[in-house]
Amino acid sequence: MSNGKFAVVAIAVAIAFAAASQLVPNEYFFTAAYVVLQFVILATAWNILGGYTGYVNFGSAAFFAIGAYSTVVLYNAAKAPLLVMIVAGTLVAGLLGLGLGYLTLRLRGVFFAIASLALAVVLYTFIVNWDYVGGARGAYVLQPREVPFGLPRYIHLLYIVLVLQAAVALVVARAIEKSTIGRGLAAIRDDELAAECSGVPTLRLKIFSATVSGALMGMAGTTFPFYLSYIEPSSAFGLSYAVNSIAMPLIGGMMSWVGPLIGAVLLGSVQQLVQVTISSAWNLLIVGVLLVLFVTLAPNGIMGWVDAWRRRRDRR
Amino acid sequence: MSAAILEVSGVVKRFGGFTALDGVDFTVAPGERVGLIGPNGSGKSTLVNCIAGTLRNEEGRIRFEGRDIHAYPAHRRIRLGLARSFQIPKPFASMSVLDNLCVPLLYAAKGGEARRAADEAHGILRQVGLEEKAHAMSGGLTQVDMRKLELARAMAAKPKLLISDEAMAGLSTSEVDDILALLMGLKAQGVAVIMIEHVMRAVMKFSERIAVLVAGRKIADGDPQTVVGTPEVVKAYLGE
Repeated sequence: MSNGKFAVVAIAVAIAFAAASQLVPNEYFFTAAYVVLQFVILATAWNILGGYTGYVNFGSAAFFAIGAYSTVVLYNAAKAPLLVMIVAGTLVAGLLGLGLGYLTLRLRGVFFAIASLALAVVLYTFIVNWDYVGGARGAYVLQPREVPFGLPRYIHLLYIVLVLQAAVALVVARAIEKSTIGRGLAAIRDDELAAECSGVPTLRLKIFSATVSGALMGMAGTTFPFYLSYIEPSSAFGLSYAVNSIAMPLIGGMMSWVGPLIGAVLLGSVQQLVQVTISSAWNLLIVGVLLVLFVTLAPNGIMGWVDAWRRRRDRR
Repeated sequence: MSAAILEVSGVVKRFGGFTALDGVDFTVAPGERVGLIGPNGSGKSTLVNCIAGTLRNEEGRIRFEGRDIHAYPAHRRIRLGLARSFQIPKPFASMSVLDNLCVPLLYAAKGGEARRAADEAHGILRQVGLEEKAHAMSGGLTQVDMRKLELARAMAAKPKLLISDEAMAGLSTSEVDDILALLMGLKAQGVAVIMIEHVMRAVMKFSERIAVLVAGRKIADGDPQTVVGTPEVVKAYLGE
């Protein structure tokens, strides 16, 4: 399927999905689905740099939080329209991704991973000490009283926005994967030196990959301050963002755009269920256990397992 | 002889206090087959890395088709037509053999288009005898097939000069002959080849000219038979 066709299908599915879920009578559905969708975007975005290019980013929370806090700034400064906030947060996070991309010039493997974690810590400290966005106290970002498009509540709007954002993220990820750029990124992941010696402009592609990945993760955060009407640094920079955006592609499969989607929907839904039925403290424990299981039993994730099964079937 | 395609002059490369290349001069004419030999640690691979752009030389000049390529990163040098294979094969392990070739076809050989790239890749695989493994995963190939893939990938960049870095080490006699035939065939396409090799039988058969590197200096350069008879070369290999 061509990129254009896929984009049309993805957006159509997203709209149909968003419209159909308006029939769900339970208000909590939207609150829970918002979080799952958040992770679909984060996992898909992370996978562009982590899965396609092979650079493991432990700083996903920083990108998410930058998207969220750029919304806070625009809210405090001008009460800008939501669409402006989304675009701005995406761009700012993209810039941060550009910076992270330059780090790949000197840092590989584990060292890059540590640097990306350090990036998150530095930004966290910065936000905690920045009074304009509330510092450590946090900031209130009130949902507008008027909900557009005749929707019953503001969470319905946020949910629809996230469905569309997830569709955008998947379209972008798939387009990159299927393109010549995607092939170049895969070459970098397999062997960076051989890639460079095969004519792949490795630095430029890594910077591109880090920028797109960062921008999409930031996009996922732009509506977050409205979600709870309140935001503070330790929730925006929460451990669960960094851990989940790695765990979900790993569990779903990192070689294609489908993997992160499957991983995020599966793991995200389980977490939401457990949070309601058992306790919220169990969330990360479940991720941890599943991660250990997958790394040992199915290191290429669910999609890798499906591919292997297909290959076995074809051989017969 | 026409103007040299590759001109290396006074190249110096140091690693800390160790001088790996100490003023090396070396030229290759278009379409020429040159053997580059020398004992282990004499700087052959370092020279290849400096030429291909994976290392930067501190002094000296490297010209390719008359152009000073000092500031060019490796990916631009291969686009000019300067390809290399690696001593230890570096396949793109998550890709099929065919897709491995598509990377240089799309990135290094100009005007790459995905569908045509696949056709051309098939052609090159046929040439090197890997065609029936086109859809196999490159990570699972045998050593000899991996060496072939390594050369095929360098050939896919459509080079004017190909540097083969020990493509035959550890292979059996018939496997060496396979690879040798492959490299000899490039002459017909007008590709100059620098062969770095320890398998003397192959080097002697292949080379129109041989250069000898010892401890970062070139001690001999010329007709193969004459060079291997030179007392310095004999001394470097066998001792006094």
